[in-house]
Amino acid sequence: MTITHHPDIANLMCCAAGSQPEAFAAVIASHLSLCKSCCCEVRRMQQIGVALFDKLEPAKMAGPAPVVAMRAGEAETAPQKDETTPAHHPCCGMTAGGVPGPLVPLVGESLDTVDWHWLAPGVWVHTVPLSKGCCGELRLIKVAPGKKIPEHTHEGQELTLILRGSYTDALGTYRQGDVADLDEAAVHSPVACSKMGCICLMANEGKLEFTGTLARILQPLLNR
Amino acid sequence: MADLLQRVAANGDVEAFRALFQDYAPRVKSYMMRQGADPRTAEELAQETLLTVWRKAALYSDEKGSATTWIFTIARNLRIDRLRKEVAWQPLPEDNDEQPSPDPAPDEVMSEKERGDRVRKILAELPPDQSEVVSLAYVEGLSHAEIASRLSLPLGTVKSRMRLAYHKIRDALEDLR
Repeated sequence: MTITHHPDIANLMCCAAGSQPEAFAAVIASHLSLCKSCCCEVRRMQQIGVALFDKLEPAKMAGPAPVVAMRAGEAETAPQKDETTPAHHPCCGMTAGGVPGPLVPLVGESLDTVDWHWLAPGVWVHTVPLSKGCCGELRLIKVAPGKKIPEHTHEGQELTLILRGSYTDALGTYRQGDVADLDEAAVHSPVACSKMGCICLMANEGKLEFTGTLARILQPLLNR
Repeated sequence: MADLLQRVAANGDVEAFRALFQDYAPRVKSYMMRQGADPRTAEELAQETLLTVWRKAALYSDEKGSATTWIFTIARNLRIDRLRKEVAWQPLPEDNDEQPSPDPAPDEVMSEKERGDRVRKILAELPPDQSEVVSLAYVEGLSHAEIASRLSLPLGTVKSRMRLAYHKIRDALEDLR
């Protein structure tokens, strides 16, 4: 996989800082699982957080170290030698079914078994649930070969990771692993690859606004 | 500090843990308060962070980075989980180097300490407008949109200040090449 479009540096920093809205964090985490160079950048960026943490004015602790509790409950709390591995690893790649490692717990092992909802001729969506109370939207979008996604603008930022196939718009061609990092001002109407179509993971800060007439009729379907 | 952590890992050394606690818990508490936790919640999260350090000490190795990096990462992920009640998607797990890269980037050969010193130096020299956005993102935990609204700036300006700050840090880490 050759990745040519990466997320904006500022978005990677936000990821390192842990201050990214969840939908965006999911897209960035998925991209990082495929992109070693962005992983390296994020590791460097993490050093900024560590340096700032190091300089914080300490806040006096009200209670002591939980040593008594530790001794009493030694059996459960003693350091463990073989902790199970955490769910997410950076740079852990993609499943055979085209799902980036971090997304597997939410969408399963394969893009072919996702529960797709018809949105428009040649366009299907699957909404990925986010934690309660988070703003923004995270969706998988599947576009049939050669189909055009209706022209739309974004209320806020839009971050899209290509999982399968490719699409082309005025900004270029985006292939597997690439991220399209668009700000509010962007209006675009991507066309899916004529052979493979395109499946992508898309995060939005606000609602999508379709600009064409037919698209406006479809709008309620997307936001249901 | 790495030494204390290794003593905790090797023999469950309670005294070493107490020393780590005294050094780190107050900073973790302070971090949680800056992220918006009230003092009581911040205290609980600091306790929990250090308890996780105790439990997972065996997973730490100094090849994975400094003790501070490791402990900070635990605190950061706990904060996303508890304060924001969101999934800690940002994949900076405590064991993020379990497969050491075969050809480390030039700056990865530099010692962790040297890198840390350089980052601190550049951060101290940043112009106030850049330093402010970096601090709001990392210390206060604000997203770009939240920073833009807090400072009444266009989103693009916030992002470009972040980028400028990072490029300086990156240059400083790379000039040993």
